Amino acid sequence: MIFLNYFISGISLGSIYAIIALGYTMVYGIAKMLNFAHGDVIMVGAYVCFYAVSRYELHPLIGIILAMIVCTFLGIIIERFAYKPLRQAPSLAVLITAIGVSYFLQNTALLLWSSNPKVFPSIIGRGAFKLFEGELSISHVTALTIITCLIIMIVLTLFINKTRLGKAMRACSEDKGAAQLMGINVNATISMTFAIGSGLAAIAGALLCSAYPTLMPTTGALPGIKAFTAAVFGGIGSIPGAFLGGLMLGVIEIFAKAYISSQLSDAVVFAVLIIVLLVKPAGLLGKYTQEKV
Amino acid sequence: MADPVLKVENINVYYGSIHAIKGISFEVYEGEIVTLIGANGAGKSTTLNTISGLLHPSTGSVSFLGDSLAKIAPHKIVERGLAQVPEGRRVFAQMTVQENLEMGAYTQSNNYIHEDLENVYKLFPRLNERKNQIAGTLSGGEQQMLAMGRALMSRPKLLMLDEPSMGLAPILVEQIFDIIADLHKHGATILLVEQNAQMALSIASRGYVMETGKIVTTGTGKELLSSPEVRKAYLGG
Repeated sequence: MIFLNYFISGISLGSIYAIIALGYTMVYGIAKMLNFAHGDVIMVGAYVCFYAVSRYELHPLIGIILAMIVCTFLGIIIERFAYKPLRQAPSLAVLITAIGVSYFLQNTALLLWSSNPKVFPSIIGRGAFKLFEGELSISHVTALTIITCLIIMIVLTLFINKTRLGKAMRACSEDKGAAQLMGINVNATISMTFAIGSGLAAIAGALLCSAYPTLMPTTGALPGIKAFTAAVFGGIGSIPGAFLGGLMLGVIEIFAKAYISSQLSDAVVFAVLIIVLLVKPAGLLGKYTQEKV
Repeated sequence: MADPVLKVENINVYYGSIHAIKGISFEVYEGEIVTLIGANGAGKSTTLNTISGLLHPSTGSVSFLGDSLAKIAPHKIVERGLAQVPEGRRVFAQMTVQENLEMGAYTQSNNYIHEDLENVYKLFPRLNERKNQIAGTLSGGEQQMLAMGRALMSRPKLLMLDEPSMGLAPILVEQIFDIIADLHKHGATILLVEQNAQMALSIASRGYVMETGKIVTTGTGKELLSSPEVRKAYLGG
């Protein structure tokens, strides 16, 4: 039964990684760049939610919506001013810019909100569902995190596969020149991708800080890197891959903490990543489509 | 004669310091098939990409249905009725045949899509048979049909084709050219870029011969087919 408890915590942590990994993978799929500032957008979202709920005493749901709005615009602004001017530049220049944006966000947060850790309010409540006469306990936060992740996965998959805009995003990710010749506004599509990824980052931020309630300007950095790992693990550019990678990473991390060593858990996570990439260089669900010419 | 559908006036295009297009001018009138022929590197694709707005001329102008395209974004140019079937087909390999066609109709309102899909499937029955297949698994000829069908979905007033015969077996080349001639018979206006001068000139109303970024000679399809210089340079004597 304890095993099941660990497994559920792993799925819950993995759900957060998965939501963050989506932002990495969607942006990579379309703009072919690694947006290392993505983790810090999570942190901004968490701060917005924190201030809305504990300072202005707004309803948690309004806090999350507010955080989503702020992060969506933040994502669009970052893309417009930091990445768009580099559309034709070598990818290394874009990568360094992304790292720069990451530090810029962290330092701005330090200036605005200081380095003192904030205790994130319990926006969901600290209660738990007890099953099997109390042997299996699932906290409300855990349950909500897993359900949110599932909903996001379903909605996003439908959006990408069924709607006109979603299909346009797939077309842009395959061939921007050809997409332009179809009359698709490629710049607007890239901007929308950043908007969606950053909006999801806000949700991830609120969930992350509900589960691990310490908020600092560097809060987003490590989950950001791990979610990036999850995206690579699942096959970067693939949306189902981001989910699978995120969930697996979460489960491996919790199991490593529980059964091996809590200090070594990150090392175990990255060791698994290396092994997977040695066997499947494109990641678990990476795209290997054979094209006839 | 009425105003041309497409008027290219004295455009110069550079890739960095390379002068790729050196002051070319030509027109396409409604209902014509006009062909640009020439060897590899003559600047034919560059010309098409300039018309589509993917490249910008440093001097000169491109006008479509009387309006200058100079300040118009590529996706807006498609909306105005100018479609290009790019060189190498460039179908969306990981999307299905039908999704590719839907992308072609991206600028169109939903009301027509159903009707237009049926027309494309009538023109290319092979695509109908494979509508749920992933485009990357189609053969070269089928991909060319898909690329053409996709462009037709935007209801173009001018259809530009960039080397539709490239890499296809002779029997497929003939089939593709039959379809182009058929589209023309039904009133389509077409600008056709080809290395296969024989095939292109045999269906063209008029042709322009390009060499290293310039137009060196022009005439009706028949005139060019029988011109000694063209025969010597492009048709093997």
